[in-house]
Amino acid sequence: MDIVGNVLPQVLKDEATEDKGEMARLQSFVGAIAVADLVKTTLGPKGMDKILKPTGPGQEMTHITVTNDGATILKSMYVENPAAKILIEISKTQDEEVGDGTTTVAVLAGELLREGEKLIQKRIHPQHVIAGWRIARDVALKTLRDISSENDIESQEFHNDLIKIARTTLSSKLITSDRDYFADLCVKAVLRLKGSSNLDYIQIIKLPGGTIRDSYLDDGFILKKQITIGCKRRIENAKILVANTAMDYDKIKIYGTKVKVNSMDKVAEIEAAEKEKMKHKVDKILKFQPTVFVNRQLIYNYPEQLLADSGVTVIEHADFEGMERVAAATGAEILSTFDAPERRDQVLGHCDLIEEIMIGEEKMIKFTGCKKNEACTIVLRGSSIHILDEVDRSIHDVLCVLITTVKNRRVVWGGGNSEMQMAAACEEEAKKVQGKQALAIEAYARALRQIPTIICDNGGYDSAELIQNFKVELQKGNLSSGLNMNDGTVGDMKELGIKECMRVKEQAVMAASEAAELIMRVDDIVKCAPRKRERA
Amino acid sequence: MSLAFDDYGRPYIILRDQGQKKRMKGLEAYKSNILAAKAVANTLQSSLGPKGMDKMLVSPDGDVAVTNDGATIVEKMEIQHPTAKLLVELSQSQDAEIGDGTTGVVVLAGKLLEQALTLLDKGIHPLKISDGFDRACDVAIKHLESIAEEIDIQANDHEALIQAACTALGSKVVSKRKRELGKIAVTAVLDVADLKRKDVNLDLIKIQTKTGGSVEDTRLISGILIDKDMSHPQMQKEVTDAKICLLTCPFEPPKPKTKHNINISNAEDYKKLYQQEQQYFIDMVKLVKDSGANIALCQWGFDDEANHLLLQNDLPAVRWVSGTDVELIAMATGARIIPRFQEITPEKLGKAGSIKEVQFGTSNERMLVIENCQCTKAVTILIRGGSQMIVDEAKRSIHDAICVIRNLIKDNRIVYGGGSAELACALQVLQYADEVSSVEQYAVRSFADALEGIPNCLADNCGLNPITSVAQAKSRQLTEKNPRIGIDCMELGTSDMKEQKIYETLSSKKQQIQLATQVVKMILKIDDVIAPDDY
Repeated sequence: MDIVGNVLPQVLKDEATEDKGEMARLQSFVGAIAVADLVKTTLGPKGMDKILKPTGPGQEMTHITVTNDGATILKSMYVENPAAKILIEISKTQDEEVGDGTTTVAVLAGELLREGEKLIQKRIHPQHVIAGWRIARDVALKTLRDISSENDIESQEFHNDLIKIARTTLSSKLITSDRDYFADLCVKAVLRLKGSSNLDYIQIIKLPGGTIRDSYLDDGFILKKQITIGCKRRIENAKILVANTAMDYDKIKIYGTKVKVNSMDKVAEIEAAEKEKMKHKVDKILKFQPTVFVNRQLIYNYPEQLLADSGVTVIEHADFEGMERVAAATGAEILSTFDAPERRDQVLGHCDLIEEIMIGEEKMIKFTGCKKNEACTIVLRGSSIHILDEVDRSIHDVLCVLITTVKNRRVVWGGGNSEMQMAAACEEEAKKVQGKQALAIEAYARALRQIPTIICDNGGYDSAELIQNFKVELQKGNLSSGLNMNDGTVGDMKELGIKECMRVKEQAVMAASEAAELIMRVDDIVKCAPRKRERA
Repeated sequence: MSLAFDDYGRPYIILRDQGQKKRMKGLEAYKSNILAAKAVANTLQSSLGPKGMDKMLVSPDGDVAVTNDGATIVEKMEIQHPTAKLLVELSQSQDAEIGDGTTGVVVLAGKLLEQALTLLDKGIHPLKISDGFDRACDVAIKHLESIAEEIDIQANDHEALIQAACTALGSKVVSKRKRELGKIAVTAVLDVADLKRKDVNLDLIKIQTKTGGSVEDTRLISGILIDKDMSHPQMQKEVTDAKICLLTCPFEPPKPKTKHNINISNAEDYKKLYQQEQQYFIDMVKLVKDSGANIALCQWGFDDEANHLLLQNDLPAVRWVSGTDVELIAMATGARIIPRFQEITPEKLGKAGSIKEVQFGTSNERMLVIENCQCTKAVTILIRGGSQMIVDEAKRSIHDAICVIRNLIKDNRIVYGGGSAELACALQVLQYADEVSSVEQYAVRSFADALEGIPNCLADNCGLNPITSVAQAKSRQLTEKNPRIGIDCMELGTSDMKEQKIYETLSSKKQQIQLATQVVKMILKIDDVIAPDDY
């Protein structure tokens, strides 16, 4: 390392790189916009799906995923570009927080950066752009809150709102043709929760076979397990004991214990003691007088036989979630010790009927008339597992949106209405602001307007004309107008019944602005040398 | 590498593996070191001030962090050059000592080195330079103390503290909400501060992050938030008037550390062992219950059976509570940490108004909030934001703000920001330079130039013309005898930093100048670098 002249000594590690100023900015813009463009085509009712193929040898054609859920697409992509990673991150957060709008948030952030790039090219300092965006964001959020409406949670209007929101959310998914059916189904499921936001109570079972139309909501609870052979297949007025205990053999939990014997007789003795220990446990269980015994762990033949002999129906190896659901639905306590049979009434769960049913070709156990009626099951049918997976994701989105709506209760018109109104408000604001920030506010408005534009484009309509007409309609005072994606016109959202959850939009606008700002502020990217991995 | 040769032209081998080592000495070494250190300072330079930009850092594993905190940037850059590493440590020691001003200190060191380079070119000996810098530093510190003002931190609802916090937050991505976050930070610090001793134990402020929502949703919880839920899904989700039993032993049969074997040779023993095992669990739960506790927090895991027994006895419990949380809870609730079940006594229980489980978002994540603790000293700041990067950066920013407030509580003297303090010091040092009769005069003068570099850099980052604005501020300081004139970064129309309420702590500024000078002196003393070739 010789420094004759002004050759900089190497400061960073060998493979590390540093990009500064314009180069850094360019790199993040390119990355973020590329990601946004990638998911852009899935936006709206006429959006297209993507096939995700896993990498790795031997897996190319198995486990493919077909989806148009933004979060799923972005999650499965491996990107190098740090700015692109930020976009993926906000999409994930959107998914966790409100469950829907995952594409919108990434596209909006991408569009903001696209507009930002233009401003930077006009030699406007990034900090000025950010200052403008901040003003615009506040205006947009205020507008969003102002245009939203609220209905009482008990009222019929609110129920209708929920159905409309579910329909709107579903309209961009695979099952759009059956959206009325599914909207009704999801709303019913969510209303059963009575305001609680615990999605655990809604179980989704996917079974290939039949058509999507054959899916249904079951008001009972379905456990994807079989009743052990030799037990009754139908129990009325069941008393259920839910347990999480070892029923194979009881491990000795005291550390360092070893069984050492010196004769065959002793072995037999120990074996008998072991058996007796198990019998003792079964006896204790029987003192609770259950008619059904559900255990999380597997049950060996011996205790199973003992239980079956006493007329108790045994269900073994229920998975943890399933067991929690059974407990929640039937009001049972999950037991691990069995020394207090006098608490029988408190710990046993109850339901009117347990029976083994056949869905398609699979046997399942159905609990109907449970003590706590919040739980329910959505049984999804469809011709292939890929379709089912996608329907599952769609239903999950809808349920999340509905739960968010139940919590927040505020709704806005769909069809790009809220974005256009927010954009209009931003443009109004831009007229009042002095300085360069105004340009950024206008840019923000353009980015918002890109969302309906992309929806139009995806539908194959003339977006330039439609959006202009839309603008005019709003200007005229038809505040409920929006895009009618069925005939490619501007219609009245009130008539079409297209509504969206305000919270989803709010979160999307907030998260996209934050992410865009974060990326905009960067003027230097340092990439450390990648960690060397030993290849196995 | 220069070598000594004997009469036959063979080199003397002085160092081990001499051929594989590289050696730089003299002027070459000085310059190389200075350039390397300056490269780091240059990277940070654009992050300085309210309009400073952020850096995106990609870790060796591909994780992305976006930040404008000097200490974090240099730490994550993974610098390998030995001299440049000194600047990393410089920034980190500022972080450890003061918590804020980590960018400023590196930039100042960079400016000083830049000046040193020109002085070296003039042929001034490095030691003379460092001597001059040292003297100038003393003058600057003295002047800094004379222009510092005491502020009343209590007045006007702690307005001064909030303003100082806002100054610290102003340069971060969360600057939009600086007022709200500043207030949160001030309330948090004051809640845990010991105003009599003028001390703040920052361990009592827990900063918890959770993605989702937006930065506005960040809030202060006057209690502790732990990222755990009840051990059994059916336990009560809320306990009021909680009596907390804080355990660091698992609800499991004991595992003695000495190796041992229990040999069972007959059925009788087998049965006995089983009973004993059962008894263990019953005893454990009984001991907890008998002490009057109505919730147990445990650092370790539970056996299934114990877990159920706890439920059966209406004793909600939490398992796998992290060690730091255990300590925090102990401090807040006055609980004693109990290492053995036998030692549980009612006096050792902690008390809290309520403990409840709260849920976030759709993904079913739950956390426990412990509120109204007996000794309400611990608080939690729950940071929300659109993505992991934002909450991480918000966490770093709030940490900075908290440190500033703590420093103000310790020492309520402030200087004004916006480069005004540096300018004032520069003017003072310049005046002093003329009094020095030796070669050091040049170094002292250069020190003043370096100090001026800070406002220069601020102005540059804000898109102002650095030369004009610094010149203006300088002349106004002299003519108006007002050391508070700085750079109007936010374009508010006034250059008086008192009016703009840009407060910086005296301790932070002092530390910055002292540390930067020290490091520069250290770098100037290196005249020989010997390193393995492939380094």
